[in-house]
Amino acid sequence: MAMHRESVGNILRVSLLVCLVCAVIVSTASVALRPMQQDNRMQYRQLHILQAAGLYEPGMDVAAAFDAIERRFVDLDTGAYVDKPDAYDQRRAARDPELSRPVAPDPAGIRRQAAVAEVFLARDEDGEVRRIILPVHGYGLWSTMYGFLALEPDANTVAGIGFFEHGETPGLGGEIDNPRWQENWIGKRLFDDDGRVAIRVVKGAVGEDAPDADHRVDGLSGATLTANGVNNLVRFWMGETGFRPYLERVRERSNNGIDGDTQAF
Amino acid sequence: MADEKAKDVLFAPIFNNNPIALQILGICSALAITTTLVTTVTMCLAVIFVLTCSNFFISVVRSHVPANIRIIVQMTIITSLVIVVDQFLQAYAYDISRQLSVFVGLIITNCIILGRAEAFAMNHSPVLSAVDGFGNALGYSVVLLFVGINREFFGSGSLMGMQILQPVTEGGWYYTNGLMLLPPSAFFLIGGFIWLLRAWRTEQVEEQPFEIAPNSRVSEAF
Repeated sequence: MAMHRESVGNILRVSLLVCLVCAVIVSTASVALRPMQQDNRMQYRQLHILQAAGLYEPGMDVAAAFDAIERRFVDLDTGAYVDKPDAYDQRRAARDPELSRPVAPDPAGIRRQAAVAEVFLARDEDGEVRRIILPVHGYGLWSTMYGFLALEPDANTVAGIGFFEHGETPGLGGEIDNPRWQENWIGKRLFDDDGRVAIRVVKGAVGEDAPDADHRVDGLSGATLTANGVNNLVRFWMGETGFRPYLERVRERSNNGIDGDTQAF
Repeated sequence: MADEKAKDVLFAPIFNNNPIALQILGICSALAITTTLVTTVTMCLAVIFVLTCSNFFISVVRSHVPANIRIIVQMTIITSLVIVVDQFLQAYAYDISRQLSVFVGLIITNCIILGRAEAFAMNHSPVLSAVDGFGNALGYSVVLLFVGINREFFGSGSLMGMQILQPVTEGGWYYTNGLMLLPPSAFFLIGGFIWLLRAWRTEQVEEQPFEIAPNSRVSEAF
């Protein structure tokens, strides 16, 4: 019996059987649970888009609320809308040499950037745009932080910010998830009167009557490097290589808009 | 197999032969996922499931597995169980699964699981092995919960996400202990746990492996 157990034939038989049984169990679990996992993933993103835009209320039906949000695609170079299939994945595109470009200088530490970015437009009942929600990401202290920055229709005032994926230290850099800190951003202005990116995360708190108070955001105590990362990524994505051409287009069209605000989008 | 033995197998690993405190196994995961109690509890449940099942199944096939491929067979069974747990978490507890991120997958490399498979399940009956796995996972959980409770309570002033001490950042009075949120604090807490346990169970104190000689003078060396 012992001889038989150690024989080559038995080794092959046992390993084949173990692999077969395990493979069936693992693939059954994976296939059976995949639809739920995908729903979770989508709902998670939608939830964070709503939260960044300040449209989320606890207990609401996320999928239903998301019907009022339109997803569009923007060519970052020109700022013009382009058509992309629904399945377009910005993160995957950033890794594809044909759909992306290297970033230099690279303050946000993202290395490559997709040429086409998603934007989300939240409309109210009359179909007017209430919020422009832009996906942003960049490197913090330990990790790439992925988030959304929501703007008022004037394409200058911040309506909210939120991060849905990051690996910063809980309690320190992880405080970027703290709603109290995120409240700081609301009402701040991205660009100064000359149209330059003026928003900045500073060290410590911003006093009410500090100069440029409407361009400055409180830092995070104990998390200077994470706060710097947030500063860099917001400034990068609002800058020339980010969404600035798009935001300028939005502003131009809403200023010269013949048919009012709605046409600007 | 007498009943009494099963009872010993179940309860011995909790305090008498705790896998973390006495055998110092599997402390890697105790650092990573104990910053909040919710993730700690999830991790404990996952380890209880994986360790019980892996011990059971490994014991079931133990008499057929050739000795020279036994480790890889054990690993295959353990890995499959962990992947199944990970898939379930992603489907039913997505938020927690995001917080645990890679650490669910790292249960595979938790030394306790392979250690119990090799040391116990390979030469005991399936049911007794399952009991042993369950008991060891409980022992692991006791330490993890101790660490998790302390870290969340002193680090964030809350338990299971419920705010108990109002921290200063929320306008309260409690200055949160930032160290508790960093991995080294888990070492201090585990050290404290082992100290308490060995003060209570003095038989667990290890003998000094050697005695430190008094300082010698230079002249003696010549």
